[in-house]
Amino acid sequence: MKKVSILNLVFTFAGALVLLFIIAPLLGMILKTSPQTLIGTAQEKEVQSSIWLTIWTSLTGTFIFSLAAVPFAYLLARKNFPMKRLVTGIIDLPVVIPHSAAGIALLGFVSRDSVLGQLGSAIGLNFIGHPAGIAIAMAFVSIPYLINTARDGFAGVPERLEKAALTLGASPSRVFFTISLPLAWRNIVSGLILMFARGMSEFGAVIIIAYHPMITPVMIYERFGAFGLKYARPVSVLFILISLTLFILFRWLAKDHEDKDK
Amino acid sequence: MLSLSNISKWHSSFTLDKVSFSVNDGDYFILLGESGAGKSMVLETIAGLVVPDEGNLFLDGRDITREKIQHRGIGLVFQDHAVFPHMNVRGNLLYALKGSPASHAEKKAKVEDMANRLSIASLLDRRPATLSGGELQRVALARTLIQKPRILLLDEPLASIDNLLKSDLRALLRQIHREGQTILHVTHDYEEALSLGTRIAVIDKGSIIQEGTPEEVFQHPRSAFVAHFAGLRNFFPVTLSAANGSTRAQTGNILIGLVTGESNPDGFIIIRGEDIVLSKDPIDTSMINNFKGRITEIVPSRFGYEVTIDTGIILHALVTGNSLVKLNLSEGNLVWAHFKATAVKYFSR
Repeated sequence: MKKVSILNLVFTFAGALVLLFIIAPLLGMILKTSPQTLIGTAQEKEVQSSIWLTIWTSLTGTFIFSLAAVPFAYLLARKNFPMKRLVTGIIDLPVVIPHSAAGIALLGFVSRDSVLGQLGSAIGLNFIGHPAGIAIAMAFVSIPYLINTARDGFAGVPERLEKAALTLGASPSRVFFTISLPLAWRNIVSGLILMFARGMSEFGAVIIIAYHPMITPVMIYERFGAFGLKYARPVSVLFILISLTLFILFRWLAKDHEDKDK
Repeated sequence: MLSLSNISKWHSSFTLDKVSFSVNDGDYFILLGESGAGKSMVLETIAGLVVPDEGNLFLDGRDITREKIQHRGIGLVFQDHAVFPHMNVRGNLLYALKGSPASHAEKKAKVEDMANRLSIASLLDRRPATLSGGELQRVALARTLIQKPRILLLDEPLASIDNLLKSDLRALLRQIHREGQTILHVTHDYEEALSLGTRIAVIDKGSIIQEGTPEEVFQHPRSAFVAHFAGLRNFFPVTLSAANGSTRAQTGNILIGLVTGESNPDGFIIIRGEDIVLSKDPIDTSMINNFKGRITEIVPSRFGYEVTIDTGIILHALVTGNSLVKLNLSEGNLVWAHFKATAVKYFSR
């Protein structure tokens, strides 16, 4: 008979407990929500527009900020510069500070009397209570996930491939777009998905910038405060199911793309 | 002609110290040195990937020290080939032609031509992950040669290849050289240096310590490092001949018996000092190489003594202190030097 080590048994048991800890509350919530209630909630215009708003603001924030974050990640992976460790630490700041505090900081940054706020006003855009403000708040708390994952991706691209491309007559920008970016693409896509998912789930920073229009995490909080658990639960379940579906869909699309590459 | 003039580079782990040498058109130039001697740094400096702190690089009289990599006209093949994994072989070859003004049809034809020349035509649509080390090295060579570089730089091109495939690739490199390509090849392997090089420079700790033809460098090592590094003192240019079913190598008037599968008669032989047996009188053994000669020198070496015997060719035998005493050997004595045919290593040129 195969010998089972006691240590492995203990670790497996610990792992099972952690898994249960994650799954049990979610499963409990889903099981307590009847399909009829779920369908009813899904048909509410207010809920639909909130979920849609949450998805597109997070997508937009992810896309726009990725245009700067991905090249920045490349720089971090390839170049050494003074105070690089400090810069790396700063990137992780949004992860470690309380998100409501991040919201307060951002409020000062985008309010009408700030430079950015005034720039926005000039083109008729007020970030407070606006989807643009929501996208900024979401991006602020989620951008470290993209930068760190993309940086790991670029660091994993062998430098000699870039050198080889240079000696084959490619300019540095062509090397970036034809060698570094495609080879780090898997990590970049993971980073984009993580940033998008983290942005969608943001509550603390967004509620300070924009209570209205209402993103779904804020709506869940509002329904819980005003009507109680019973009314907050169906929206939560719906939001979780949609988030999971999107997450799985993006992963599948990314994987499909990789397989075609092979 | 490519010339390096006093190239210096200070790096945290080692330095290049006033490296100077010239590679003439048509040369197969070998830069020979141990790992960490600075060989790859020299190549990367020539290619433009590293900017030297001091010194100048000239290509056909033009100073290219600070010229952009893509304008140098120098091709570099990396030790582990650096074939782009996300493109097929055709894509890799086409990558090198992107900047060329040729039409798409012309580029396609160039790729086909080069693939045929390097026997990789059947691999054009394959992904690098499905290729063997030897095939990848051919792809890397093809990708660099398709640009028609003025100088082809090779960084240990045979290091990551099975022994079986090495001779194929050596033959290919010889053929590329015969077709007129000037080559600068860095290696730590003296066998590669002997079988391919028309000129050799030996680099140690970031400095060139000897430069010349293979004969000059190996027969007259100017420093203990070269002699030790090469690991050989008994090195002779020879011509092979076959007589009575056995192969002989002739150097001067001396014929040496050996075993080799090589058919090219022009080459070198090496006999390791520890494979030479000394005796005072002729002895009856299975060894077919037996030469009488006079001891001209006995010097202490790392593992005992090196005894130099003039037999018509100069042989260097390594013996222990005990053997020296037992045979009562001293300078001026007549001795017999014996070695087996299988102890003679042949390298065709």
